[in-house]
Amino acid sequence: MRKLLFAAASVSVLAACGGAGDGSDSDASGNQSSVNGTTSGASGGTIEAGDDFALRLQTALIEAQPGSTITLPAGTFAMTDGLTLDVDGVTLRGASPSETILDFKNQMGSGEGLLVTSDDVTLTNFTVRDTKGDGIKSKGADRITYSNVKVEWLGEPSEDNGAYGIYPVESTDVLVEGSHVRGASDAGIYVGQSDNIIVRDNIAEFNVAGIEIENSSNAVVNGNVVRNNAGGILVFDLPDLPVMGGNTTLIRNNLIEDNNTRNFAPPGNIVASVPSGTGVIIMANEKVMVRDNNFVNNQTAHVLITAYSQDFSDEDYNPLPRNIEVRNNTYGESGYNPQGDLGELASLIGGNLPPIIWDGVTSWGGNDETDVNIFINEPDSVGFVNLGLGSYPMDVSAASPSMDRPAGESIGAIPTVKLSHAE
Amino acid sequence: MRRALAACLALLLPACGQQQVPAGPDLALILAAGPAETLADYGLFADASARQPSAGVVPYDLINPLFSDHASKHRLVYVPEGEAAAYRGGEDVLDFPVGTVLIKTFAFAPDMRTPAEGERYRETRLLIHKADGWAAYPYVWNEGETEARYAPAGAWLDLAYTDPSGTPVEINYRVPNQNQCKTCHQLGDAIAPIGPKARNLSHEGPLGVGQIEDWTARGMLFGAPGNIDAIANVHDASLSLDARARAYLDINCAHCHRAEGSASNSGLWLGWEEQEAVRIGFGKHPTAAGRGSGSGTVVIEPGAPEASIMVYRMDSAEAGVAMPELGRALIDDAGVELVRAWIEDMPSEN
Repeated sequence: MRKLLFAAASVSVLAACGGAGDGSDSDASGNQSSVNGTTSGASGGTIEAGDDFALRLQTALIEAQPGSTITLPAGTFAMTDGLTLDVDGVTLRGASPSETILDFKNQMGSGEGLLVTSDDVTLTNFTVRDTKGDGIKSKGADRITYSNVKVEWLGEPSEDNGAYGIYPVESTDVLVEGSHVRGASDAGIYVGQSDNIIVRDNIAEFNVAGIEIENSSNAVVNGNVVRNNAGGILVFDLPDLPVMGGNTTLIRNNLIEDNNTRNFAPPGNIVASVPSGTGVIIMANEKVMVRDNNFVNNQTAHVLITAYSQDFSDEDYNPLPRNIEVRNNTYGESGYNPQGDLGELASLIGGNLPPIIWDGVTSWGGNDETDVNIFINEPDSVGFVNLGLGSYPMDVSAASPSMDRPAGESIGAIPTVKLSHAE
Repeated sequence: MRRALAACLALLLPACGQQQVPAGPDLALILAAGPAETLADYGLFADASARQPSAGVVPYDLINPLFSDHASKHRLVYVPEGEAAAYRGGEDVLDFPVGTVLIKTFAFAPDMRTPAEGERYRETRLLIHKADGWAAYPYVWNEGETEARYAPAGAWLDLAYTDPSGTPVEINYRVPNQNQCKTCHQLGDAIAPIGPKARNLSHEGPLGVGQIEDWTARGMLFGAPGNIDAIANVHDASLSLDARARAYLDINCAHCHRAEGSASNSGLWLGWEEQEAVRIGFGKHPTAAGRGSGSGTVVIEPGAPEASIMVYRMDSAEAGVAMPELGRALIDDAGVELVRAWIEDMPSEN
């Protein structure tokens, strides 16, 4: 107790001295700029527009009290470094995505525009623009909400754009709703290594992948508009990661349209293998339901179900998609201009591809064939092809395409995802 | 009690206007819930310019430091009297007691080939072991080097100097914000020191004596065995490329690239002790590299550094590509060369 009192006394006395340096700060070998010396105030409240906006905002994010709201004003604000938030329960709220814009085109450091590492955070009503790396990343940030947020890269889709727009990872209870992502050179909305996820009512456009659920479980992707990407919605499971065994995803009631943008991902990334013009891709995952979606004009295929395509050594990894059901979707034109490896395969079956494609891989690594249960629960009028590749690693020259649907059975209803922090 | 408080107030009041510093480390302030306004407040130094450590504040260095734009780093440690750090094994950071302060001042000279000539202190970072865990606080020096003030949001400093190879450089030097300190110092949900692992301390430091033995003799450290294997010095050309490169990755990358670190989701773990090839990057495809992958498809392609994403990201200073993401504006050319040579030297798998 005595020590605490002493500390309080010395702090208050020192504060009374006031004064922030002597202010004279020019020197041939270096000018000092943008140093914040104050520690008072800024626990929540409104950040006023004006000088040192980025500095004052970052200070507020550091000094925020748990549960407080930080309000951003209308305006376009130049950022030179990534912002970070590590206080639980903070809401960061702008005026609206069209009015409050955090502009990172002159960003000099950090791998993303905003990094959230605390729980129970809400991000809403602002835009993050032209970050050098990812847009907004939240890592180990449970019960996070992205609502009415925009992340965009201006101009034509470009390899130079950042990888992910909205990027929650290693989190439990993730809500991304009413948001808009444009121009990501990987996935617009990417949820990785997470559990209990709702992605709903967003717009994802002109990204390489519109929405990607990767190495995650219990996800619902519902009511989104996914258009003009190279690939619309991806559900992937990848090897050699701390969290694997992606499973249980429902893709429902989405408009998946015109995903014919060229694939502009830098090579090496898994999405670089996505054929332009693909609506939904399910790769190496378990228990995925694709139902009640509206597929419109995807030039390669509306639904592609495939094994992991690259080499791996991870003994705990299963590269096959299994327990997949596709039902009651609406299918517009597709398959008229198939891209990538599928373009080559298309020539084997007359040039065009049907809307639903399965690679037909049922074994890997010398293992026996397994019952992967791919259930195409659609009217016979909906075209399907089994490429008949048989085993992983895949050899395109071994294809023996068949229009026969595999004998599958319904995987039943995907349980409703209930988030602990939102309806 | 009240009288004691009054006395301490009386003692402190004259400090206004003349930058007086407390006599010796102020443990109450060190353990307070928040940071002090200025570095001098802690009493870790006898002078306002932090050149003369107070009694009990001991200079040290690391065999391998993190690359930070060629900054000179002046490290000191304060362990409260009567307390001691515990040795936990050569691979581990010492278990410092509550009240410990790790002090690191970043300094530049006009010509870094002669770093002591005209040296200027720029920033000082404190890691303080509070009762409920470590806290990280950045302080930025004024131009006269008479005061370093708490700067939670960090700062950008325009610096110009000649680098150790003789090349003039001008950079926007980033003083990290408080959260960025935590990004690198993350250990699960807590934060922790990175550098002072026993094997990285196990040599003669700036005091000219073996640091482990010296700290033990001072009563600051207990439980350390007599001869701890030192980590390979990355600049010691007499050692194997493998040992030097792995030591380099350990201090420059592994604070994030480990299971408990900020880059855990990458599955790329670069600690000295990591044995699993794919975790170190062999045959490892990028997870979330974006354009940071360049044209590479794997982190390390044996025999082909130009096809290895690791080299590509080390050899960039551009946000969104550069690794590490934080803490440098320049490329560590020597480090790139070392890792390049290491990968070149590996037998190709083709």
